[in-house]
Amino acid sequence: MIESLKELGPFIPGLLRASLINIGLFFSLITVGFAVGTLVALLQVYGGRTSGTLARIYEWIFRSIPALVLLFLFYYGPPRFGVDISGFMAATLALGFRSSAYQSQIFRGAIQCLASGQMMAARSVGMSRVRSIVSIILPQAFRLSIPGWTNEFSSVIKDTTLAYAVGFNEVLRTARIIMDSAYELAMLAFIAVAVVFLVLTSAGNMAMGGLERRFRIPGLQMPGSRSED
Amino acid sequence: MSPLLRVEDIHKRYGREEVLKGVSFEMMKGETKVVIGPSGTGKSTLLRCINRLTPADKGRVWLEDEEITHTRTNINKIRSQIGFVFQSFNLFSHLTALGNVRIAPMKVKGMKKAEANRLAMEELERVGLGDKAGAYPAELSGGQQQRVSIARALAMFPKLILFDEPTSALDPELIGEVLEVMISLAKEGMTMLVVTHEMGFARAVADEIIFMEKGVVVEYGPPAQLFTRPQHRRTGEFLNKITELYGETD
Repeated sequence: MIESLKELGPFIPGLLRASLINIGLFFSLITVGFAVGTLVALLQVYGGRTSGTLARIYEWIFRSIPALVLLFLFYYGPPRFGVDISGFMAATLALGFRSSAYQSQIFRGAIQCLASGQMMAARSVGMSRVRSIVSIILPQAFRLSIPGWTNEFSSVIKDTTLAYAVGFNEVLRTARIIMDSAYELAMLAFIAVAVVFLVLTSAGNMAMGGLERRFRIPGLQMPGSRSED
Repeated sequence: MSPLLRVEDIHKRYGREEVLKGVSFEMMKGETKVVIGPSGTGKSTLLRCINRLTPADKGRVWLEDEEITHTRTNINKIRSQIGFVFQSFNLFSHLTALGNVRIAPMKVKGMKKAEANRLAMEELERVGLGDKAGAYPAELSGGQQQRVSIARALAMFPKLILFDEPTSALDPELIGEVLEVMISLAKEGMTMLVVTHEMGFARAVADEIIFMEKGVVVEYGPPAQLFTRPQHRRTGEFLNKITELYGETD
């Protein structure tokens, strides 16, 4: 075992470099998911009949199709129409849109949980609808969304390994390459990948916990959640 | 002198039920009018139709010479000139008392932060809450929240403030502090239209009481007249009943 560990040693920097790629993919897909998810949630709550329905169809599609299928569609689809797409871009879009569907439901729940009087009060002082959403509704909804968003974060960071399937040199694929060159290192290489994700997930959860405390406001929390005081 | 607010033949229907069946009245600058009537009579709906938080089906409303109900009126601009105080306060939960009071001057009028802070502090002190500027709504009592919401309305220098049962959600011991603020506003010459059952308030400062029932104005007149010589049997009955229920808190 110790021997194998020594043998894995030279591969560690490569694994770590590949982990950075997962982290990069995570940030780009979560950003896409956040932006689109917010929009979809707002359309579902405040949109008219047509845009509300479109937003619901969008959410239904991206929540129903397996991530891997989406990934293949985004990677192998565009070239059929003469559009060149990199593995990174395909993964960002496929996984980002998928995450946006889940995130939209976190945000929608939070927005609907706000008392309807908040919007009315904002309008009553002369704020436009958009201004009310930006200044009053979203700052509250985002705060309420942090616990749900923490779950989404943990699930999405793990999903980045799916990019393996489109030939993208992320950490899991790197481990696989190690296995191909030295089969006896297979187990260790995959354990190393597991450790990478244990660290990433814990670090992320800690960061989200910090964010939650940083933005905590007395009296503003999802009904039923534990208050810290 | 032309009226500050003119409400003309307002109709509003929810489904099959017509809650407002043609309500008209006028308010001069500096007047305080109190709207009373049994629940479900359309009093709150009437207030919301005035600043179009609820669109009226028919009828017109003017603020000075501007028709609020005209579809091309900039409603946000009109609303910024009409304060609204809700029964359930509706303070912005993510903002401190100070934040609640300064946000509209900043976001609606484009006031600089330093100036808005100064103004907000002034208004909070006016309602006796200068020491609570940093508190969030959840950290305030109902009476304090309602006073902050009055300060929030005042910070926009409204031409008129609409009060929708401002003390109905409060514990009895907290009603007095809110009424006190409202009475001093009325005495300072603020134009106020108040839906309330607080007859002590009405007697103290109302220029006129408007009694509504089933979507219409049954009777209106100075408090003394309505209390002593109501023209309609229903007015007398109703006033007796709420005086019995709510007493004379003043």
